[in-house]
Amino acid sequence: MPDSVIFGMEVFLNGLMAGVLYALVALGFVLIYKASGIFNYAQGVMALFAALTLVGIMEGQVPFSHLINAVFGTKVHHFGWEVPALLAIALTVVVMIALAWIVNKLIFRHLVGQEPIILFMATIGLAYFLEGFGDVMWGADIKKLDVGLPQGMNSAIDDVTFGIFGYGFFIDNLDLVATVVAALLVTGLVMFAQYSKHGRAMRAVADDHQAALSVGISLNFIWVMVWSLAGFVALVAGIMWGTKMGVQFSLSLIALKALPVLMLGGFTSIPGAIVGGLIIGVGEKMFEFAIGPLVGGATENWFAYMLALIFLVFRPQGLFGEKIIERV
Amino acid sequence: MFYREAGDFKTSYVDDNQTFPIRFDRYRYYAVLVAAFAVIPFLINDYWVNAVFLPFLIYTIAAIGLNILVGYCGQVSLGTGGFMAVGAYACYKLMVAFPEINIFFHVIVSGGITAAVCVLFGLPSLRIKGFYLAVATLAAQFFLVWLFNRVGWFYNYSASGQINAPERTVFGVAVTGAQTAPWAAYLFCLIFTVICAILARNLTRGMAGRKWMAIRDMDIAAEIIGVNPLKAKLTAFAVSGFFVGISGALFFSVYLGAVEVGEVFGINKSFLVLFMVIIGGLGSIFGSFAGAAFLVLLPVLLKNVLVGGLGWPTDLAAHLEFIIVGALIVIFLIAEPHGLAQLWRVAKEKLRLWPFPH
Repeated sequence: MPDSVIFGMEVFLNGLMAGVLYALVALGFVLIYKASGIFNYAQGVMALFAALTLVGIMEGQVPFSHLINAVFGTKVHHFGWEVPALLAIALTVVVMIALAWIVNKLIFRHLVGQEPIILFMATIGLAYFLEGFGDVMWGADIKKLDVGLPQGMNSAIDDVTFGIFGYGFFIDNLDLVATVVAALLVTGLVMFAQYSKHGRAMRAVADDHQAALSVGISLNFIWVMVWSLAGFVALVAGIMWGTKMGVQFSLSLIALKALPVLMLGGFTSIPGAIVGGLIIGVGEKMFEFAIGPLVGGATENWFAYMLALIFLVFRPQGLFGEKIIERV
Repeated sequence: MFYREAGDFKTSYVDDNQTFPIRFDRYRYYAVLVAAFAVIPFLINDYWVNAVFLPFLIYTIAAIGLNILVGYCGQVSLGTGGFMAVGAYACYKLMVAFPEINIFFHVIVSGGITAAVCVLFGLPSLRIKGFYLAVATLAAQFFLVWLFNRVGWFYNYSASGQINAPERTVFGVAVTGAQTAPWAAYLFCLIFTVICAILARNLTRGMAGRKWMAIRDMDIAAEIIGVNPLKAKLTAFAVSGFFVGISGALFFSVYLGAVEVGEVFGINKSFLVLFMVIIGGLGSIFGSFAGAAFLVLLPVLLKNVLVGGLGWPTDLAAHLEFIIVGALIVIFLIAEPHGLAQLWRVAKEKLRLWPFPH
């Protein structure tokens, strides 16, 4: 087998793994969009905020230490204890739920009935706020996140592929873990939406707000729940991406990676997010591998958007999106 | 008392349709123009021009452009940064290729080139609507920035990948390059801002603007009453691109002088201009001015208070600025979704009745 084909296969597999990570972020978008019609631009920043909070709790940082130091001239930075990873994750979940509650209470309750574009703008404002808030709370330096996930090359895959092709594939253990986690998460979410009481209520709200209200479903509760779920998904994505590339500002930019995934898969479809993520992940890695060197590289920045754009011209609602019906 | 239509008799249709039907407004408008052209140039120094006036004037043009697209035609665009980059690079190539032609024309032609690019990326808007379109315009943002970063022809293969504005003069006075006097740069931008504002105001209340607004309010209904959506949407993209291109060209040549595309015309620029439009008021030319002024002044003010006044470290101040801008945007949207322009309208309504509110 020629070398380029084998390399291509390796790139393909890595693309699939990257796609899973994109899909993880996209999932959070879909959840909120389906239930409340809000296109939540802050999803990426929520992932960053969750990861920052997790690291901060684990290392026992004093929140707002920079601000306190600047105002009172003190020099506090750490409490001096370390929290085990699982407990820290649980605490972060609590923080994300509180965040969901506050966001709904303070922002989106007041914006009920506004046009979608206004809601979208509000989430951009929220994104700015959270970004600054996270930095003030925990500091803006790049942090290492280690919750005990395996990292580095998977030697089993390396051995097996070396036996077959005479060339060992490089697959990161972390990507494998992310794939498993994503699969569990999606299964869990689908089960929750299909079979649990609150899941059904959530789908009812997604279908029709007023009808859901009239059969006694509390919109407020559902929205807080959905934002909490999205916060939880953001935390998972934050852990995966944060372990991969450190907890830093650029983590929030993964939201921009998830947008073409959404367009491709459709804003309203959970399976769409997964399939779209895989297509984009594989597509951009293969394009960079095959065409990238010819045009100067770094095509990953825009390829996904172009692919989605061209695709949308032929199918405006995405792969799995609900058909858009317009009436005058 | 002084703010009334009463006693101001209109004797022709032209009078009837003027932009400022109330006499007080009209005189205020002339006073602002006189102050801007004849008073401010004598008072300003380097700091004021570079920190406040130039960004304000240039962002105003960009905000007017985006407002036409988003506020009047209802097509949300997140590609403003990329389109500004087109204007900047077009202006650079023209300035280097035709040094004997006045830079005034270079800026206008750059606007034209940007309009063409904008129309190209506007084509999908005929099929895609709403958020899908907003995200689709991000394709323009990322692709254009990548293009200017990677293809050497655009920056004339300079080693740093930057573009630098050579010195150009208007009537013998330098407006670009290191030798520029503050007042010259200010006046040069001011002329463009005023022309663009007048142009936009008249376009938006004419046939073109009415078609855009019909498309914004309900595109299918507009189509039924005879508005051609293809033409209406693409003209909106073209006009918007023209203004945004001019602002990009000025931003590069007059304001910054040297530009590295990823840094200056990144996605943040797109959001910044969009915020100006939203905070100022969708579908209002005055709103574009107000929004640009607000978001240009706010960081300057915060920086002066936090760093200069309280002596906090600059990075902390930068983070607080994020918090405050984000919070203000949300507060604005909750309190007044139609922006500063709506507050202005309400104030004028109140003023007309004052001091007898009934």
